[in-house]
Amino acid sequence: MAIDKHDTPMIDQLVPGPWPSFIKGIQRLRDEHPSERINGMANDLLGQLETSYETRKGYWKGGTISVFGYGGGIIPRFTELKNEDGNSRFPEAQEFHTMRIQPPGGFHYTTDMLRTIMDLDEKHGSGMICLHGQTGNLMLVGMDSDAIQPLFDEMNAIGWDLGGAGPCVRTGMSCVGAARCEHSNADEIKINRVLLNNFQDDMHRPALPYKFKFKVSGCANDCTNSIQRADMAIIGTWRDDMKVNQDEVKAYVEKKGRKYVVDNVISRCPTNSLSLNDDDTLEVNNKDCVRCMHCINVMTKALSAGDDKGVTLLIGGKRTLKIGDLFGTVLVPFMKLDTDEDYEKLVELAEECIDFFAENALEHERTGEMIERIGLANFLEGIGVDIDPNMINHPRVSSYVRMDDWDEEAAKWKESKAG
Amino acid sequence: MSNAPVMPIESGTPDSFQYMHPTLRKNYGQWAYHDRPRPGVLHHVSNFGDEVWTVKAASPRQLDILTLREICDIADEFCKGYLRFTMRGNIEYMVTEESQLEPLIKRLNDAGYPIGGTGNSVTMISHTQGWLHCDIPGTDASGVVKSLMDELIDEFVVEEMPNRVHITTSCCQINCGGQGDIAINIQHTKPPKINHDLVGNACERPSVVARCPVAAIRPAMVNGKPTLEVDEKKCICCGACFPPCPPMQINDPEHSKLAVWVGGKHSNARSKPMFHKLVAAGLPNNAPRWPEVAGVVKKILAAYKENANDYERMGEWVERIGWQQFFDLTGLPFTKYHIDNWRGSRNSLNQSAHIRF
Repeated sequence: MAIDKHDTPMIDQLVPGPWPSFIKGIQRLRDEHPSERINGMANDLLGQLETSYETRKGYWKGGTISVFGYGGGIIPRFTELKNEDGNSRFPEAQEFHTMRIQPPGGFHYTTDMLRTIMDLDEKHGSGMICLHGQTGNLMLVGMDSDAIQPLFDEMNAIGWDLGGAGPCVRTGMSCVGAARCEHSNADEIKINRVLLNNFQDDMHRPALPYKFKFKVSGCANDCTNSIQRADMAIIGTWRDDMKVNQDEVKAYVEKKGRKYVVDNVISRCPTNSLSLNDDDTLEVNNKDCVRCMHCINVMTKALSAGDDKGVTLLIGGKRTLKIGDLFGTVLVPFMKLDTDEDYEKLVELAEECIDFFAENALEHERTGEMIERIGLANFLEGIGVDIDPNMINHPRVSSYVRMDDWDEEAAKWKESKAG
Repeated sequence: MSNAPVMPIESGTPDSFQYMHPTLRKNYGQWAYHDRPRPGVLHHVSNFGDEVWTVKAASPRQLDILTLREICDIADEFCKGYLRFTMRGNIEYMVTEESQLEPLIKRLNDAGYPIGGTGNSVTMISHTQGWLHCDIPGTDASGVVKSLMDELIDEFVVEEMPNRVHITTSCCQINCGGQGDIAINIQHTKPPKINHDLVGNACERPSVVARCPVAAIRPAMVNGKPTLEVDEKKCICCGACFPPCPPMQINDPEHSKLAVWVGGKHSNARSKPMFHKLVAAGLPNNAPRWPEVAGVVKKILAAYKENANDYERMGEWVERIGWQQFFDLTGLPFTKYHIDNWRGSRNSLNQSAHIRF
């Protein structure tokens, strides 16, 4: 049966051009897919999207739907485009919910598994998959309310679980890391999985003041954007000397020239820790090096991270809503992550942070906003983490503060240095 | 017939190794170095001497299954059925023989997937859901990306920028697209229009009042019905009240504009991470191709490409040359609205006698 295609002159203009077109993709579902149900959904989705392009307004409203046993993980969408009789103008896409699925860390897939997921989405959903959302979810986009439970049951049976939505621990993300990057200082996949799978209850049953995100990057290049987006950022680093292959340094200088190396490596070091010797070898002041990654990024063959690897933790990063963007700030300057006990410590610290957040944040307040409101010192005391000069850019500049137990605090510091 | 409900298996995040390319699995944590033999290709060598070439291809991110099956066919043909996706939505195909590289690239190009986005290129724009699926969008997301990447494709397929350029788009001021060297974000310019008939039933009023960052919302009665009102002099048009209270419509076809921000950077390489800063605003939400936005973005990219030094990210370049020169070089107007007035704003002023002439 041929369907009555909506006229979509505006979004049709997004079909031509060199970049792959998502509109062409939806049109393919409308025109080429063997299922009439999917043809109809795609047609009505295009109709609603064209309306948005014409009027410059969005027409989806949210709601509350989940699967049996959970409270979140689904992004419900109901059309607001109704005829005067109250019926939907685009009835076959009038319910167009998204199912958020937790992806494997590093976004690795086999085509077999992707095909299995596609077959299920084809059976129950609209045939649209988003790889991936900004938080990192694999998103099955477009299904009606009745399809949610059967689709989830089949996905769940083959090893997939719902991601986070609402005020809860959210789906996490880890960079490609150790799987294909020499800069990796950590087992990103394991850290991501150990942390998230410890908090599945907090992910599936939203009961926190607001969202809480983990992101894991294997080095300071921070490919998962964790410092700006994650409530807890886990970033790989090292604390011994970086490794220098002097023969490769010489070869690099030979190939690129001294001026290039001085301009692009030596003088770009943020702490002036590098010096090019007269014999074209490299001198590194590892004491001042802040592990920023620049020289290692440029001279990939000659330079690499040290062997005493671990992670730096930062707390409280977030996007704009509501007090403006916040960076994560250092919570733990260095932490080893080798043994099971090390991982237990990480999980315990994350639990402390989330428990404190749950008890102390206001509704709809992110961790960083809470810390700004109550002060870092109070937060650290609450979660039992010791202060450290690496947590600050500089000591306070305002003298307006009560310091009743200065002597005790100073003694504590001396004791910790002695111990 | 009624099916008894099944309790979910809380399996959480799955094990990645079952889906990982065997050469990556074998060399996990054992990679020695990498280089880039050509734009769009990464070449990694492991301590065991294994090599893998990664071809980075464009994706529309919102994928239909017919297209995704074709993407999988290519991975079956060349990559033993393995592939991965990047944070920014590119597809990565990995091969273990250099001889497979050219046939794979040809196959991808023939199928309509440009190769690029590596190193100092303009890579895929990280973006949001927009009109396609968001409940609070001021504009589209995938459509903006499609139209911009069509314009910027020449910079995706080569590595000719001073350093990598990460562009982001966001369809509301929450800015889910994230920080970027260039960020294109909705900027509302008028307070929400309130449908007083609906607020009482649709909104939990105290939590909407609490959501406002400038305390501009208060409870009110209109036509005998409980509702909310906005002090329009205080309102900063952020749209934070709209998600919890849809009758407070913030999106406006005319007055929801696009703004362009520059200099965001999440890497810690060289300088610490930076937030992007406002440079242009008032651009019309001109679907389906947003030519005014593309014009501003191209102007900024041209100035950056022409004037920045190697390895300087957009924000680092501006820090070196100063904002005066940035506005001169790009020809963008500087207005009183560029001067920050939010909390901590004095820290964004020039607290020195450092001035470039």
